[in-house]
Amino acid sequence: MNLTLKIWRQKNKDDKGKLVDYKINEVSPDMSFLEMLDVLNEQLINKGEDPVAFDHDCREGICGMCSLFINGQAHGPDRGITTCQLHMRMFKDEDTIFIEPFRATAFPVIKDLVVDRTSFDRIQHAGGFISVNTSGNTIDANAIPVNKHDADEAFEAATCIGCGACVASCKNSSAMLFVGAKVSQFALLPQGKVEATDRVLNMVKQMDEEGFGNCTNTGACEIECPKGISLENIARMNREYLSASLKG
Amino acid sequence: MALDSKIPKGPIADKWTNYKNHIDLVNPANKRNIDVIVVGTGLAGGSAAATLAELGYNVKAFCFQDSPRRAHSIAAQGGINAAKNYQGDGDSTYRLFYDTVKGGDYRSREANVYRLAEVSANIIDQCVAQGVPFAREYGGLLDNRSFGGVLVSRTFYAAGQTGQQLLLGAYSAMNRQIGRGKIKMYNRHEMLDVVVVGGKARGIITRNLITGEIERHSAHAVVLGTGGYGNVFFLSTNAMGSNVTAAWKAHKRGAYFANPCYTQIHPTCIPVSGDHQSKLTLMSESLRNDGRIWVPKKMEDVLAIRNKTLKPKDLAEEDRDYYLERRYPAFGNLVPRDVASRAAKERCDAGFGVNATGEAVFLDFASAITRYGKEQATVRHLDVNDAALVKKLGQEVVKNKYGNLFQMYEKIVDQDPYETPMMIYPAVHYTMGGVWVDYNLMTTVPGLYCIGEANFSDHGANRLGASALMQGLADGYFVLPYTIGDYLSKDIRTGKIPTNTPEFDEAEKNVRDRINHLINNNGTHSVDHFHKKLGKIMWDKVGMSRNAQGLKEAISEIKALREEFWKDVKVPGTNEEFNEELAKAGRVADFLELGELFAKDALMREESCGGHFREESVEQDGEQKGEAKRDDENFAFVAAWEYKGEPSDAVLHKEELEFVDIELKQRSYK
Ligand SMILES: Cc1cc2nc3c(=O)[nH]c(=O)nc-3n(C[C@H](O)[C@H](O)[C@H](O)COP(=O)(O)OP(=O)(O)OC[C@H]3O[C@@H](n4cnc5c(N)ncnc54)[C@H](O)[C@@H]3O)c2cc1C
Ligand code: SF4
Ligand code: FES
Repeated sequence: MNLTLKIWRQKNKDDKGKLVDYKINEVSPDMSFLEMLDVLNEQLINKGEDPVAFDHDCREGICGMCSLFINGQAHGPDRGITTCQLHMRMFKDEDTIFIEPFRATAFPVIKDLVVDRTSFDRIQHAGGFISVNTSGNTIDANAIPVNKHDADEAFEAATCIGCGACVASCKNSSAMLFVGAKVSQFALLPQGKVEATDRVLNMVKQMDEEGFGNCTNTGACEIECPKGISLENIARMNREYLSASLKG
Repeated sequence: MALDSKIPKGPIADKWTNYKNHIDLVNPANKRNIDVIVVGTGLAGGSAAATLAELGYNVKAFCFQDSPRRAHSIAAQGGINAAKNYQGDGDSTYRLFYDTVKGGDYRSREANVYRLAEVSANIIDQCVAQGVPFAREYGGLLDNRSFGGVLVSRTFYAAGQTGQQLLLGAYSAMNRQIGRGKIKMYNRHEMLDVVVVGGKARGIITRNLITGEIERHSAHAVVLGTGGYGNVFFLSTNAMGSNVTAAWKAHKRGAYFANPCYTQIHPTCIPVSGDHQSKLTLMSESLRNDGRIWVPKKMEDVLAIRNKTLKPKDLAEEDRDYYLERRYPAFGNLVPRDVASRAAKERCDAGFGVNATGEAVFLDFASAITRYGKEQATVRHLDVNDAALVKKLGQEVVKNKYGNLFQMYEKIVDQDPYETPMMIYPAVHYTMGGVWVDYNLMTTVPGLYCIGEANFSDHGANRLGASALMQGLADGYFVLPYTIGDYLSKDIRTGKIPTNTPEFDEAEKNVRDRINHLINNNGTHSVDHFHKKLGKIMWDKVGMSRNAQGLKEAISEIKALREEFWKDVKVPGTNEEFNEELAKAGRVADFLELGELFAKDALMREESCGGHFREESVEQDGEQKGEAKRDDENFAFVAAWEYKGEPSDAVLHKEELEFVDIELKQRSYK
């Protein structure tokens, strides 16, 4: 395949940035999208140009590091996958592909396609944990039976990889799906219920401080989420928040 | 220097308890005056950082990703072992200890492995208390699965995402301490040197990967939990950024590097598809619980499958060679990884590989789908003879167990593994070798500790599945917090370690000079060009099977490649910016040194053991004919290499291994 790429280039956080055109030929349909960018970068380096910066690490859809906005969609056209799992067989010869960073006020661009998502970490610092010490002097694991249905649901919520596609897809840049997933994981488990009130209040407060927008229920986040985190988690967080506010 | 492993005296089952009863402790007020640096936030580093902070030390933690949650541990799929004996199938601390020593082909240190088995059960308690959502049975209790090389079900799991869930647990414990100000987290920072002051590790030099700033950080002790070095092969199942840099810098500052040649080649990975390939993807060992491995018996069927005139699922049962079940009836598809990998290579070398490159075998779920389907039909009082229904029910069960792995496979290969068998081939996966540590997990540099995959300690010459996660968390949650306290108790009056000393000056200059060289080199080839070349030498000559001639060639080829790299590598841009190529260049430069030591170690070890297979050392006759031949008389030792400049000058120190509680035997899985 021969392709035209329109890639967002921005030297650093203060630079204005712009889309730049690149041609790339002989792309194999078996390549992953990031491998296609590797080939482009190799060509740029050989020509003495600055390669395109993008985030990635595991390249198998689990670390949440990759983060491209491709043809107007977070993680590109395929469903239920991350950018690193996207393969070129999803594109056609002579296609033009727009490649941009995940955009949100709370995710400032570092360089080209690389953004700063530490706002997500700070939300977790505010309450994304159960306060037990790691001494190992806890009760036997099987002394806390958990109904399989709840355990499975908690697991589903816990599969969030913290990629930020939900924020990038949302017209309000809301982080409700991400935060809802963490709140839900713990709210569904007996171990997590003890601190449920403080957790949801603290995490939501931090989320607001980081400059994420409100949720207006457009549902774009759920569609673009590579891990299929469902809107049900936002609803559960809203219930938790309401009851916590009433208590608090 | 003679190697002292500092193994406590006394019977093996009492060593750790006695040790803990007799070490020096640091009182809580004094802990507030002590700083500890933890490099790496995977299961090992993350759990260590959180625990040390809870205990009251001031922790500075570092990772090169944009968040501690993205450490490579996140990618672990299959599960974590623990001697809980929840299944009542005869498991015990002793049995986990025994399986691990045997699985490691009798090349690990008994005392360390026993301690690992001893604390394993605690890990599960700890993780459940933290809210890690392990898989459960309908009664609400924890579920288990089996892994290779053992006869019990002791593996705890969270679908195919166990590493993710465990790491998020450790990350949450870290977050609690970051929120309290007890951990200061440095994301996107790469450690580029260790600073040794007065013979003790007292700090590190880092590069801020966003701004390029070179920083000095001091502490009373430094802990490395920086993962494995499988990427020396370029293609591996490791994350793209996984590297040996931190461990290698420690080596250059005096830490001995142990058994570099012990590498695990994992039998079930997605085969290489082309030159563009940047990494290989693992299909978890847990799949061997239910998948059966085979190739056709007849060459004509192999050819028909390759040119797509025969569908694998249409090949009759009697024309398939389930070669693991045939060769190893006791363990069947669940033989350890090294055995399974060599068996796949043997079949493919004999011409029976089932894909276009001839390097793939089948992993088939058809019989598991039928078995589970029938079970479900029976439970639900449905017709067990309705083939379509049974298949559908069976597929649902398989999806529940391995859904994300099947999806991953389908996205990469573009084939539906519910309908046609997976194609798999061995790939580099894990490195048992690493920085030498004593019983305290301290390296040969006082105050410098090494935990998790980065050290060499527990897995001998071959790691059993689901034991790396166990080791990482055991080291970080339960072992290091004790052992480091004993060391730090001598530091309560030291006060802050200053960074304006000649040792820091020298280390910083060292780092800057190297970066300047790389940036100003203006060569003609990219970093990847050299990395790929190194990978090919490693795979061809230091890979799944090794011989003296190939190893000697590898040593000289790697040396030549390293010289070429320094003359001809091209790194664009400057230091003072986000510069991925510069970071990669530094890592590949270190791989080019490690690679040579790796081959040298493999050449020295003239026996076959675990993942290290020397073609010259094979059983010649009897029941074990053709299997790997270990040489206990001459090689029952840990090879610990001391840095002396060029890898070729490295000096070998031997830690003799004593087997008191387990009898040295030939490993048989027949
Ligand atoms: C695909 C896959 C599946 C696996 N599945 C299983 C399984 O099911 N069960 C099992 O037991 N094991 C499994 N393993 C092995 C296991 O995941 C690893 O051995 C283990 O997670 C390593 O943990 P760690 O904490 O030692 O290192 P890692 O998780 O690799 O963490 C390394 C850390 O060090 C940091 N770092 C590295 N170098 C530097 C530097 N120079 N400066 C700053 N920071 C640095 C990184 O940022 C990272 O935070 C699997 C491995 C792979 C590749
Ligand atoms: S909720 Fe989904 S899209 Fe949002 S961070 Fe988590 S995995 Fe990514
Ligand atoms: S690189 Fe890890 S999820 Fe894409």
